[in-house]
Amino acid sequence: MNSALTELNLNAVLPALTMVIAAAVVILLDILNRKGKTPTLAWLPWVALVGVLATAGVSIWLLSQPVSSFQGMAVSDERAQALNLVVLTGAALAILLSVRYIPTVNLQTGEYYTLILLVSAGMMMMGAATDLMVVFLALETFSLGLYILAGLSRISRRSNEAAMKYFLLGAFASAFFVYGAAFVYGATGSTRFDLIAMRLFEGQADVALLAIGVTMLIAGFGFKVSLVPFHMWTPDVYQGSPTPVTAFMSIGTKAAAFAAFYRFFATALPTEQPTWGMALGILAVLTMTLGNLVALRQSSLKRLLAYSSIAHAGYLLVGLATATPAGIDAALYYLIAYAFMNMGAFAVVILLERQGEMDATGNRLKGLAKRHPQVALLMSIFMFSLAGVPPFAGFFAKFFVFAAAVQGGYSWLAAVAMLNSAIGAWYYLRIVVDMYFAEPSEETRIEAQRTSIPVAMTLGIAAVFTVALGVLPWLWTGLVQSGAVTTLALR
Amino acid sequence: MVPTSYYLILSAIIFTIGAVGVLSRRNALIIIMCVEMMLNSVNLTLIAFAMQWNNLNGQVFVFMVMAVAAAEVAVGLAILIAHFHLSKTTNIDDVNLMKW
Repeated sequence: MNSALTELNLNAVLPALTMVIAAAVVILLDILNRKGKTPTLAWLPWVALVGVLATAGVSIWLLSQPVSSFQGMAVSDERAQALNLVVLTGAALAILLSVRYIPTVNLQTGEYYTLILLVSAGMMMMGAATDLMVVFLALETFSLGLYILAGLSRISRRSNEAAMKYFLLGAFASAFFVYGAAFVYGATGSTRFDLIAMRLFEGQADVALLAIGVTMLIAGFGFKVSLVPFHMWTPDVYQGSPTPVTAFMSIGTKAAAFAAFYRFFATALPTEQPTWGMALGILAVLTMTLGNLVALRQSSLKRLLAYSSIAHAGYLLVGLATATPAGIDAALYYLIAYAFMNMGAFAVVILLERQGEMDATGNRLKGLAKRHPQVALLMSIFMFSLAGVPPFAGFFAKFFVFAAAVQGGYSWLAAVAMLNSAIGAWYYLRIVVDMYFAEPSEETRIEAQRTSIPVAMTLGIAAVFTVALGVLPWLWTGLVQSGAVTTLALR
Repeated sequence: MVPTSYYLILSAIIFTIGAVGVLSRRNALIIIMCVEMMLNSVNLTLIAFAMQWNNLNGQVFVFMVMAVAAAEVAVGLAILIAHFHLSKTTNIDDVNLMKW
């Protein structure tokens, strides 16, 4: 134990650490430059963006040097860094979307960007954690930040309501999560994933206690990624929160919670795979089916995207349930593809919003192609990709996940998932049909003050990567060096 | 010595009271108090298990839970006050602009 200090390798937490430093710089710049009631610095978002890009650089640098440290409580490996890149993509695009948006809902932009960076740091720790204690702390770090971000617009009753619902249900869910963690500790005498697996293997674990604990952990994780029995908060919180926050939330929480979810099951309970694989499979079926069916009859675009995100959580869970390396790599590819296409869709929602409203109805898309052909074209790319139409990234994401499910012996799950993507295609393609074949009404217009260079940049980046990752999937798989997906694609 | 199971049963009872409170009470403040009660029952569970396994992991975990619970209350009360400013109520049945 004396050598414990020398064994600390900060590389295991370096990306999160960089992010926290960036957050400190942002809040300090904000405080030092604040005079009386004048609005905060206009260039603050760009400082935050530099912080995100620096962290991305650190993550890419760490890709090739796996390390486990803090006495086995945190690791840095390819999957952790791949998750970091998904979270950072979400954070960077959310910051771009916020440049013009946030000053319209809340003047305190310094706090906003600090919170975005701190929340990202918490999400990145989720992927690096190999101990239930660290998972719990990371989970709370990003959740507490997101509760505040959801209620950012203090003059909007909907935003307040979203924060309130998210907080009360979230706190309730984390109590279950930590009670579950306590039971897992009670059953095995450790919170470290590898020691849990060892005790289980040696037959020293109390299996009944472990089963109760793991069930509660699934409920806690399921709440964060909005799996079906625990999804009630999702549409309201997505609708009420400021749109850039919703966009960030939909990508970041999913990526973070799935990463920790997977690492816990694969490292701590590898021997019980048939049991939890089946449980996750059933949850995936419920989640996809309900998400897609309810999305069919939504008029608010943000609620539609909320139910669509529930459905996508189901598809992702298919990849995790198989628990094969191919399934996990497919899920990671799915996450990065989803990050770009979903960000793009939310950027279009921002364009369609009106001052002080933070939501848009589907009617505003009717005949959009006649008034704003470029926006309609970009929206079609995102919708085709979300629906899973080739050659966009969304198609290959679904293809890899379903292929991994079939190979992993979950053919029934792949069949249900395919059926579900057919239902899902209906409401995504209906948007495209509305844009191109309906007559424009007086509602169909984009107000000039909604458009700005950063929003255009987000749309451009999202569209380019949605196409590029679809046409050239190795751009991503080559980066994370796993090889499993690429071989799948060549087969 | 008191057997571990006594502590576990007590903490399970407290946790259940807290959970039932969250689901049945309509005042947001009382719901926050019920969540705190659930977290404290978890602390009791952790300490009991730490005693049973004779290691310190559980006791360290309790400190983490306490710190998180404090942060959670700070954020929760702030949200509650912001909400009260606009709507003048702490009753969650009135939090219904959007359908649940």
